Amino acid sequence: MGQRTVLYDWHVSHGARMVDFGGWDMPVQYTTIIDEHSAVRSGAGLFDVSHMGRLSFGGPDSLALIQLVYTNNAATMKDGQVRYGLICNDQGGIRDDVLVYRWPYGYAMVVNAGNRSKIVDWIGASKGSMNVQVDDQTLTTCMIAIQGPNAVAMCKGLTDVDGGSLAYYYAAPTRCMGNRCVVSRTGYTGEDGLEIMIGAAAGVALWEELIKRGGKPCGLGARDTLRLEAAMPLYGHELNEDIDPFQAGLSWAVKMDKDNFRGKEALARRQGDASLRRRIGLELNGKRIAREGAVVKANGKPVGVVTSGTHSPTFAKPIAMAYVDPAFQKVGAGLAIDIRGNDEEAVVVSLPFYKRAK
Amino acid sequence: MVPKNVRYAETHEWALVEGDVCTVGISKFAVEQLTDVVFVELAKLGKKLAAKEPFGQIESVKSVNDLYAPVAGEIIARNDALEKDPTIVSGDPYGTGWMVKIKMTSKGDLDKLLTPDQYEKQIASQGH
Repeated sequence: MGQRTVLYDWHVSHGARMVDFGGWDMPVQYTTIIDEHSAVRSGAGLFDVSHMGRLSFGGPDSLALIQLVYTNNAATMKDGQVRYGLICNDQGGIRDDVLVYRWPYGYAMVVNAGNRSKIVDWIGASKGSMNVQVDDQTLTTCMIAIQGPNAVAMCKGLTDVDGGSLAYYYAAPTRCMGNRCVVSRTGYTGEDGLEIMIGAAAGVALWEELIKRGGKPCGLGARDTLRLEAAMPLYGHELNEDIDPFQAGLSWAVKMDKDNFRGKEALARRQGDASLRRRIGLELNGKRIAREGAVVKANGKPVGVVTSGTHSPTFAKPIAMAYVDPAFQKVGAGLAIDIRGNDEEAVVVSLPFYKRAK
Repeated sequence: MVPKNVRYAETHEWALVEGDVCTVGISKFAVEQLTDVVFVELAKLGKKLAAKEPFGQIESVKSVNDLYAPVAGEIIARNDALEKDPTIVSGDPYGTGWMVKIKMTSKGDLDKLLTPDQYEKQIASQGH
């Protein structure tokens, strides 16, 4: 049995199919993936993302410690700002992709569920004599994502600081239904939306209130199709300890002009290495889905591998992300993907597949 | 409740026998487990199959699964509409969502399949 979020009983009693994800028993779908996907693209969907790791940093050296393990620059963040970045190993491979939050009184970090203990250990090992208290608040809090074009309006009045008053990738500590919470204008679906972090005891009441307001419960199945259309990488698929951020197309989240950080020396060598495979997007002409591990071919020879693939509900065709050799990364390149012994035609397209109208 | 006029394979195909022709599809339970069907591929007309041999594949957003012939024989009809619109299977699995008709080699194959009551017990133990 995996770990359970505070919403586990709700999910099960409302017909969710549960799967293991990063050591947690999580809902994969309540109705169908396409139904839930469409709700997020056209209205508002709710996701229990309490399995994500939530770490709080306090003490005078918080910034210095984050800067040491994080590829982006936390020093230029404003109060309330949220910033994506990587944590790399000393070879420049990606240990995790994370969000850093800057508060007036410290910092917070949201990490992937399956990497939480690895990252807590890594931060502990990197800390040395720095004066920082890292508090893992994952189990005492819960986190709910509200995503879709109606998400922000739907939450009006729910939190004392209105989510609609926040710029994209900003957050505020505030109150929600009488409890302390954080409301954050962030998400992992390619839509506008909010994420609310609140004490675990208040989780079910908040979830039910969000449903009353019109939010549709969505599982990890739709979360995957949504993030894939938005070309957001998923750790363990597009990202791992052998892939560097440049290969992953995340150079914007690496600040090589920043003071020393773990992995920087290796990244300086890898940055200009044109021989490495890079992440690309593929659209398929047929109907078969190219799934993780499918071999990408050019002229009958393997030139890459699929890391994620699905049927895109928005475009009603199969899409995939893959890592391919340098000669085959150009948009428009015609490739083939070996799907269970059949070579299916695919073409390299620019990422993201889906971008919401602003 | 599953339809009582057909027999079932453990792999969730149903088999309706009229004379020596067996119409094959997949059960509502299977459709509900798959959800989001995006692709159905069926073997060619004239293909000869042993019992339990794959006669096609059904793919959903989540996974791809083989379809197994419940009886041995030759494919004498295919529901070509499914290749254009695979959602027909989800909408009407026992009717317009039928997949192939097999001219049976031996009527005895039918006795090896599950009765509706046996199949109901199987899916009850697999749960939702």
